Amino acid sequence: MFSLFLEQLLNSLQSGLMLFLMASGLTLVFGVMGLINLAHGSLYMVGAFACAAVAAWTGSFWLGLVASLMAAALAGVLVEMFIIRRLYNRDHLDQVLATFALILVFSEGTRWIFGSFPLFLSVPDILTGTVILPGALEYPIFRLAIIIAGLLVAVGLFLLIGKTRLGVRIRAGEADRGMIAALGVNIDRLYTVVFALGAALAGLAGAFVGTTQSVQVGMGEPVLILAFVVIVIGGIGSIKGALIGSLLVGFTDTMGRFLLPHAFATFLDPSSATAIGSALASMLIYIVMALVLFLRPSGLFGTEA
Amino acid sequence: MTMNRETLINTILAVAFVAVPVIAMGMNEPFIITLATKVAIFAMAGVGLNLVLGFGGLVSFGHAAFFGIGGYAAGILASHALNYEPIMESPFLIEGTTQMIVIWIVALIVSALVALAIGAITLRTSGVYFIMITLAFAQMIYYFAISWPAYGGEDGLSIYVRNGFPGLNTLDPISFFALCAVMLGIVMLFSAILIRSRFGLALQGARQNPQRMTAVGIAPFRIRLVAFVISAMITALAGALYADLNRFVSPTMLSWHMSGEIMIFVILGGVGRLFGPLAGAALYIILEHLLGSVWEFWQLPLGVLLLIVVLFARGGLVGVLAGERKHA
Repeated sequence: MFSLFLEQLLNSLQSGLMLFLMASGLTLVFGVMGLINLAHGSLYMVGAFACAAVAAWTGSFWLGLVASLMAAALAGVLVEMFIIRRLYNRDHLDQVLATFALILVFSEGTRWIFGSFPLFLSVPDILTGTVILPGALEYPIFRLAIIIAGLLVAVGLFLLIGKTRLGVRIRAGEADRGMIAALGVNIDRLYTVVFALGAALAGLAGAFVGTTQSVQVGMGEPVLILAFVVIVIGGIGSIKGALIGSLLVGFTDTMGRFLLPHAFATFLDPSSATAIGSALASMLIYIVMALVLFLRPSGLFGTEA
Repeated sequence: MTMNRETLINTILAVAFVAVPVIAMGMNEPFIITLATKVAIFAMAGVGLNLVLGFGGLVSFGHAAFFGIGGYAAGILASHALNYEPIMESPFLIEGTTQMIVIWIVALIVSALVALAIGAITLRTSGVYFIMITLAFAQMIYYFAISWPAYGGEDGLSIYVRNGFPGLNTLDPISFFALCAVMLGIVMLFSAILIRSRFGLALQGARQNPQRMTAVGIAPFRIRLVAFVISAMITALAGALYADLNRFVSPTMLSWHMSGEIMIFVILGGVGRLFGPLAGAALYIILEHLLGSVWEFWQLPLGVLLLIVVLFARGGLVGVLAGERKHA
């Protein structure tokens, strides 16, 4: 039981960190440009498909990983320069619709190019196999590697935002875009860079998660909605909120699915315990979100409603 | 009322909407009648959303929840009636039904209660938070429907015989179209009266200037909550009809793509215009049919078209044809 629990704990951490890669880009784009981007999930999908295609073509997962970063960032730059840029001064309704339209274009375009069948990514040789963790738990090395990579990216992002010149500009952009434009910062280029950064992080998450599951059209949408829940809980625009929210959602979701059926089994027969437990587990993160909002309508680290 | 261009376009739309299925009946083309019925139902869902989106300025991205609740009301009640299994035996007996009127009442009540709960939480927030939270609650109901096995779960639920309406053979395509069209007419008339009433003016006032509304003693929250509930009820009614049209209900009706589509009907036609949802739903169905018959990946050009409408033609179809901007 302990090793099972530890395994679920690690899985929670992994899903939380992958969510953070998605949510950090969304929250940055909202915080700096005031844009709600539904097509963020499409960039995740682009990353996964680029990784799968390049890995299949060259035989190297590592080249695939580089490709996922570059393809998602490139898609982000193009979309930002040709479409998203026109939406910054529009109301949220126009942003929702235009980015919903982008999802249709991305999903249908990907289906056109790659077909409807899922692609599979294989784990590189060096990361196959399992490690033995305390409690005699055999845990796949690749999942452990994803956790470490996710942690590294999270630390890197915090350093980028907190310690570099670009980070200063991003934070200044969140505080007052008019002022930093007046101080001579090329605001158009800053927006493109922020959007591309968010896109690259989403693409990287897509490649990681695509390796543990499968790569298919529409894979970005469930993750996108979880990322929305994350940034609503954490407070829109806050990177720290995105991290706390991601971990909270990752743990609540994974542990809920694991523990609730067991909890109901103590006083119900097994089949209805599984049914009720899993139905309730699927709703749990939304209940947590409603509770957080009830107590703090602008999220845990949000500044304004 | 003077006959301005928008009124003229609305009249042409209404006439075409009724004439096309009647001509199709004469030419023995039941498929076109079914498409027109779909337009009527989608337009009704759009009329519901337009009330909060267009007139209340509240971008609800979760109306699929109510559309699906209406659909499941039809599916669940019909499946109990057809299997002769009561829904509940104690403390008192509740049986299923195949009568549309009873189904509609149940759909209206259930959707009103759910909308009251969702609205009470979401309307405390605004802007982007409201969009994301309405979306999140709709997803919650979607995942519940998928993981709850009693009514088909992911596979959905079939309605073997279309539910009945007194004095009407609902299996006859033109009769069912007539029923849906009349219901759409009633809902549009109700919506037109509502937005011209004191309540409707207060709702639009709360969109334009909530502080002033508060100052004159009208609480925007309550007005918005009532509008949200009414809007959900109209969309749920459309959902019940949609389940009967397809004789099938599944979690797809609850999915966020459905929410997006209902929003597209409203936007394509023109936000905050009475006939906008009808124009938008008709255009959407025509595009789906025409593009879909030419190219398997028809959603790609649809997405491009939608982008163009959002970026360049902001009044929607009715707005472009009527040649005037309306500040919604």
